[in-house]
Amino acid sequence: MSKIKPSRGAPYARILGVGGYRPTRVVPNEVILETIDSSDEWIRSRSGIATRHWASDEETVAAMSIEASGKAIADAGITAEQIGGVIVSTVSHFKQTPAVATEIADKLGTDKAAAFDISAGCAGFGYGLTLAKGMVVEGSAEYVLVIGVERLSDLTDLEDRATAFLFGDGAGAVVVGPSQDPQIGPTVWGSEGDKSETIKQTVPWSDYRGVSAEDLPKFPAITQEGQAVFRWAVFEMAKVAQQALDAAGISPDDLDVFIPHQANMRIIDSMVKTLKLPEHVTVARDIESTGNTSAASIPLAMERLLATGEAKSGDTALVIGFGAGLVYAATVVTLP
Amino acid sequence: MAATQEEIVAGLAEIVNEIAGIPTEDVQLDKSFTDDLDVDSLSMVEVVVAAEERFDVKIPDDDVKGLKTVGDAADYILKHQA
Repeated sequence: MSKIKPSRGAPYARILGVGGYRPTRVVPNEVILETIDSSDEWIRSRSGIATRHWASDEETVAAMSIEASGKAIADAGITAEQIGGVIVSTVSHFKQTPAVATEIADKLGTDKAAAFDISAGCAGFGYGLTLAKGMVVEGSAEYVLVIGVERLSDLTDLEDRATAFLFGDGAGAVVVGPSQDPQIGPTVWGSEGDKSETIKQTVPWSDYRGVSAEDLPKFPAITQEGQAVFRWAVFEMAKVAQQALDAAGISPDDLDVFIPHQANMRIIDSMVKTLKLPEHVTVARDIESTGNTSAASIPLAMERLLATGEAKSGDTALVIGFGAGLVYAATVVTLP
Repeated sequence: MAATQEEIVAGLAEIVNEIAGIPTEDVQLDKSFTDDLDVDSLSMVEVVVAAEERFDVKIPDDDVKGLKTVGDAADYILKHQA
């Protein structure tokens, strides 16, 4: 048997830089109320959302990703040529092949970086981060770009009272690279496919094939069973978050920042209560002005906390994503 | 030992008080969670989970929709408690 030379990576990995892009158009609840019978007070009390950003035709999945990535690369203090991998998590890029990651890798000016898309809903950032960490430690890339990007306004039923106000657009990116000490903890992740019906796209694309124009189904949207998702997110995900803390050997007292997926302010508040997080822990509440941006929400919230000074470089943060699948991923990281 | 209906209502009153800030004396059998006690659909989930723990009972999501009043919840718990 021939001897195969092993790959050699870094001892550990860490997040070196973060960047975000929020579309120019800010959409207040008043605009949402043009198509649903509700009220600003109802929307705020059920979700905590006051405004969200909606992308223009020019603010494509690729364009928003490139903007966010450029900032993350600059923040990391590296050049695009050093990027060896580009991982894009999205559910709202409507051209399935080729992967949008390849276009982003090219336009950023990487040197033929490995590039691919993943689909892990609102847990996409944690899934991408875990893959990137593995690539850096295993040695297949020195620096990996992880991008969460969504144009969920394209998948929103503006006449659905339960979800019309919920979603927003944007992109968040981080650069993961080598580290001499562990700065990304073990990932606690998984899937519960038996609950796949609780958050889903209303109509599969295949239902549009061979249908005459007048029989075309309504354009698909994301729909969810609010109470079931709320229960799972708050009570089951609090357990996962605790497991991620335990796996990293971090006690709540050691924690500086909590960045949960920005799904709904009520979920965030209940998770904080269930986890019994100490007062000193800064909690990301970016949802108020950004809405739920699925895979983009954690890096966007991370970027904003650092930009406003609510969190600082070197802080220890618990991040947890959870959503359609159902899927989830939680880990403890050092902020860049 | 299984709780009596009176004990269940008293327990639900404490839970509703903690979650929604409603005075315990307002939590009566005939009161609707949403219409009378200002417990919205998401707070109702928190009430249900707290009641599950307190009374050692499982209340699946599909059954939560049927619990309109405090009496509905008390009867459900009375029937299903371990």
